[in-house]
Amino acid sequence: MKFDRDFRDASAVKKYIQAVHEITDQPWTIMEICGGQTHAFLRYGIDALLPEEISLLHGPGCPVCVTPVEKIDKAIYLASQRDIILCSFGDMVRVPGSDEDLLSVKSKGGNIRIVYSPTDALTIAEEHPHKQVVFFGIGFETTAPANAMAVLQAEAKQLDNFSLLSSQVLVPPAMEAILSSGTNMVNGFLAAGHVCTVMGYHEYIPIAEKYQSPVVVTGFEPLDLVQGVYLCVRQLQDKCFGVENQYKRSVTKEGNRPAQRTLQKVYKVVDQKWRGIGIIPQSGLALQDEFAQFDAEKKFDLGHISARENQECLSGLVLQGRNKPHECPNFGTRCTPEHPLGATMVSSEGACAAYYRYRVEG
Amino acid sequence: MCLAIPGKILSIQGDEPMTRKGRVSFDGVVKEVHLGYVPDAQIGDYVNVHVGFAISVINETEAKEIYGLLGEMEAATRKRMKK
Repeated sequence: MKFDRDFRDASAVKKYIQAVHEITDQPWTIMEICGGQTHAFLRYGIDALLPEEISLLHGPGCPVCVTPVEKIDKAIYLASQRDIILCSFGDMVRVPGSDEDLLSVKSKGGNIRIVYSPTDALTIAEEHPHKQVVFFGIGFETTAPANAMAVLQAEAKQLDNFSLLSSQVLVPPAMEAILSSGTNMVNGFLAAGHVCTVMGYHEYIPIAEKYQSPVVVTGFEPLDLVQGVYLCVRQLQDKCFGVENQYKRSVTKEGNRPAQRTLQKVYKVVDQKWRGIGIIPQSGLALQDEFAQFDAEKKFDLGHISARENQECLSGLVLQGRNKPHECPNFGTRCTPEHPLGATMVSSEGACAAYYRYRVEG
Repeated sequence: MCLAIPGKILSIQGDEPMTRKGRVSFDGVVKEVHLGYVPDAQIGDYVNVHVGFAISVINETEAKEIYGLLGEMEAATRKRMKK
């Protein structure tokens, strides 16, 4: 079996779309959590094939988009120091900080390396023992185990020139924040398949029950998405509010135990600021005290750096599903992927970037 | 960001479960991947890989189930049309 092509089979997708049409008899609003799912919906035009009663809202699951501005300002500060090499995932370097982005610091001579994996930053640290190497470790539960492993390996290798500028966020508290807000419009969720690959889906069962909102753990290929929508609509139509697992080929209820054990060893759960949204209680991960030596914010005393949010950018409302990207007055005019006002227009998972790429450019 | 790409394990290096690595083929493009989070993965298995780490072994039996539900739905539609 081919795990990508077989899940893009147009005839099977059409059959699921047809089935969604057959079972839908009233309006429903469904939020896909993950930015990767948002892009796949728009890329394959699946949203346009669904019944008009089904409205898709795009969730906060874009780690680049929700990384707070002050973290970017801290990364910019670090990258501007002569004895520091800042390593980052590629998506982060064009996200606007208060005044500039990392790419413009790089163009001025800042030592910024774009890496594929956190362990690449470890290799750079080993190769440059006289430099301090900071990895800009952002992400959801999917990425946290990789970032945690880099810390454990740095400890094992006694690398005292490696540290982590960390912005780790958690999905379930963000879902609860959306569901408990007075303006919530979401009836059901497609949960993020790779977050659940790591964490399992037991955390979502009490949320689905408390807010009477079905949750379907969903993958990323077109067939995954249409099956996820079908299962979610079927629950809504039947007035069921449970957790279903569409992405069984990767997700189990208990998730990836070795990864979870590593997370517990390295991180503790803390209140976390989300860009454009604000502080969500117990929604982030910070290094445990015993790993404080690998915490770049402590190592380089970054507490004095504060930031300004761009008031023109609606990304906070977009990330909470309260506005669609094209409803922003700056969308596609003053804000484009080349000249973004906010992170949702930059990231390859940002909802604004998806609308721009697949709806404006065609 | 949470993208994970399926690839096939070609070879495995190291015995220590948490630090072993493998060469993984993504439709012919081969990369070194950390296998510490998939201690049961074996050569020939497909794994989902995210930022250089395998996060799950893909369950082929479950993967086929998506077509099973499709079959059930079609059978239900045929039944309704007969009525």
